[in-house]
Amino acid sequence: MSWEMVIGLEVHLQLATQSKIFSGSATAFGAPPNTQANAVDLAMPGMLPVLNAEAVRFAVMFGLGVGAEIGKRSVFDRKNYFYPDLPKGYQISQFEQPIVGRGEFVIPLADGSTHTIGITRAHLEEDAGKSLHEDFQGQTGIDLNRAGTPLLEIVTEPDFRSAEQAVAYLKSLHSLVTYLGISDGNMAEGSMRCDINLSLRPSGTDELGTRTEIKNVNSFRFVERAIRFESARQLDILEDGGSITQETRLYDADRDETRSMRSKEVANDYRYFPEPDLLPVVFDDAYIEAVRQSLPELPRDKRQRFADEYELSDYDAAVLSDSRELADYFETVAKHCGEAKIAANWVQVELLGQLNKADLPLSECPVPAPALGGLIARITDGTISGKIAKQVFEAMWNGEGDADAIIEAKGLKQVSDTGELESMIDEVIAESPDQLAQYQAADDGKRKKLVGYFVGQVMKRSKGQANPQLVNQLLAKKLS
Amino acid sequence: MSIAEDDIAQIADLARIRIAPEQVAEVTDSIGRILTLADQLQAVDTTGVEPMANPHDAVQRLRDDVVTETNQREAFQAIAPAVESGLYLVPQVID
Repeated sequence: MSWEMVIGLEVHLQLATQSKIFSGSATAFGAPPNTQANAVDLAMPGMLPVLNAEAVRFAVMFGLGVGAEIGKRSVFDRKNYFYPDLPKGYQISQFEQPIVGRGEFVIPLADGSTHTIGITRAHLEEDAGKSLHEDFQGQTGIDLNRAGTPLLEIVTEPDFRSAEQAVAYLKSLHSLVTYLGISDGNMAEGSMRCDINLSLRPSGTDELGTRTEIKNVNSFRFVERAIRFESARQLDILEDGGSITQETRLYDADRDETRSMRSKEVANDYRYFPEPDLLPVVFDDAYIEAVRQSLPELPRDKRQRFADEYELSDYDAAVLSDSRELADYFETVAKHCGEAKIAANWVQVELLGQLNKADLPLSECPVPAPALGGLIARITDGTISGKIAKQVFEAMWNGEGDADAIIEAKGLKQVSDTGELESMIDEVIAESPDQLAQYQAADDGKRKKLVGYFVGQVMKRSKGQANPQLVNQLLAKKLS
Repeated sequence: MSIAEDDIAQIADLARIRIAPEQVAEVTDSIGRILTLADQLQAVDTTGVEPMANPHDAVQRLRDDVVTETNQREAFQAIAPAVESGLYLVPQVID
């Protein structure tokens, strides 16, 4: 029997607010333990939550970004469970009336096609603290700095059929939320954590199989691996005639496996009820419209515009619009040199190549965008060849100045002086009687190949500085 | 709706409440009576009545996203039963 994989994802996205969702404590990452946990975060008696306007606005921005219905009236609820890193004994979340309703997400796949998945909902909630189980001799250490950090939980329909689709969605989602500026998207710091709901069913059937939930996977690579492991595990059980136990599992990256997390999960009853300490959140059309006006250009719009406006291939447009930062860099380069296609090529090959080699993020790139634009302008106006430009780029990367200064200092200006080139060509021809004879004996088709030898020799003689177009023209004349 | 003594044990476990064995019958009875009251409320026809999230006829005011709190860890940890390296210590909870 063949089986179909069915996956739905829940992403917990940390919102990039300065302060917590219900208190005025800072949300900065990496502060010493409990220095950003105040009376509200610690659940001292009598403390009351006050909702952060920016967290609400970020949620609405996300909703508009995926074309979802915005809950004009949304309600907070208490989700009750006991764990020491949740001092209130409940998490303030949203249950029946979330701030973001149904939406849609189009994900580009590697083969150039797209896959549309449904967003079920997205709701605001607070994060819990952190439990540290080691080093305390039979005790657990609690750090509540993270308690109360605003989260947007984004839930999808079970619309994924492969690990590739799931990862493609997460990458697009990451791109969208960083474009919107609502999250730093830093997965290593836990800004984007993913729960995977996975089940198998016989191909061609509609009914869903029993699923397992893999909690808190925090990198694209681990999501892919966890799905591969878990689907293979379920397949083994089903093919042996067994049945899947509905349970929560944990992905262990060190062992590359998932394993059962809690045996007590049976009694998982969160006893949701409306949070009496918060009133319903209500906004009008004018508010939603104002947020809509403030949205930046979204990744897929930018991708489309790059393809149309700069006549880039879909692939190039996708790579260059992947992050807002890279897109801005590319556009600045294109503006400064006036040649978008060459700019696209240079940014993707030379710039990204160098950044990759040096393991640097774009934000620490030593060559600013206008400077790279200036270099490309020297190629297009014929001052230097593309080959020499790479040399100049190296020098720019090493902080030796801008393109013009380097070309001047190193004497790299292209030789476009006809007389000078002609004498070089004459020398080359005189020194290559065999090749000349070969050339003269050849037919037109072969001649095109043989001329390459002469061009190469002239370029060598000029140390790469001869204007290649001119060399070709002059050679054609001399050899005919 | 009635409730069995087994349910009481499970609810008590979820709520982290310890109920002595000799109390179970009494608690089962009193919770059963509360549920009977709930049944009466459930029976009321609420067609056309909007669910009420809060009795106040008001909407939530929002706070500007500004950090207003300073670090008061010393003060808070002074009243904690056990702390170490800035962490609050609790009995081990890992499964």
